[in-house]
Amino acid sequence: MKNNLNASFSAISQNESLARTIAAAFAAQLNPTIEELTDIRTAVSEAVTNAIIHGYSNRGGTVTMNCSVEGSVFSVDVIDTGRGIDDIELAMQPFYTSAPELERSGMGFSVMQAFMDEVKVRSMPGYGTTVSMKKRVSAVRDDG
Amino acid sequence: MQIRSETVGTRAVARLTGELDHHCAAETRAALDALITHSGIVELELDLTGVTFMDSSGLGVILGRYRALSRRGGRLALRGANKHVDRILRMAGVYALCERRDAQGGIEL
Repeated sequence: MKNNLNASFSAISQNESLARTIAAAFAAQLNPTIEELTDIRTAVSEAVTNAIIHGYSNRGGTVTMNCSVEGSVFSVDVIDTGRGIDDIELAMQPFYTSAPELERSGMGFSVMQAFMDEVKVRSMPGYGTTVSMKKRVSAVRDDG
Repeated sequence: MQIRSETVGTRAVARLTGELDHHCAAETRAALDALITHSGIVELELDLTGVTFMDSSGLGVILGRYRALSRRGGRLALRGANKHVDRILRMAGVYALCERRDAQGGIEL
């Protein structure tokens, strides 16, 4: 059976920790390893940080995070209704950043791709961005 | 983020404790830049033993300090990263720029 969790919160940096903690706590029902849980926490942190910094240019707004688990798969959509991304392919290049003045590393999408099984980005300039990620966790193992 | 530093001459160790994310990035950057500038540091070691979480915002802080020190002819070393933090540092090739020191030991101040 599919289990869903929907959360909306203000696009302020204080909520980055809250968002990744909520996502990890929800994913914990799949009995992931500590490493898998850390992967999820980190990928969610990246997506939420992007929404706050790039989607809303640090000027506030609302970030929506929809999590679900089904079988052994954790899925999360991180949604903003901010300015959107002009060139998704460019934005996803390692070390590319549209905000070098903020000392961004440009590694956010690379981290998401490394830590999750699937990362999809949909964006429309002027309307916002949705980052959809999935991760299959190894679930309970009997090493008997 | 809690930062404790010890300085001897132009060398310093800064011990970071907490979660190094975007929320803490600005204050961490400001504290480390103040240390580097005010004490004229040319060799800085970041002790990451107490860093329980880091994402790419933390990478930005570390690479930024590497650049700041390089401009002064100095260098940055990293110590004590846990498995998770270490993986992100490796992913970005940080150890090609900053010396990776063993978890145990420490430079003699």
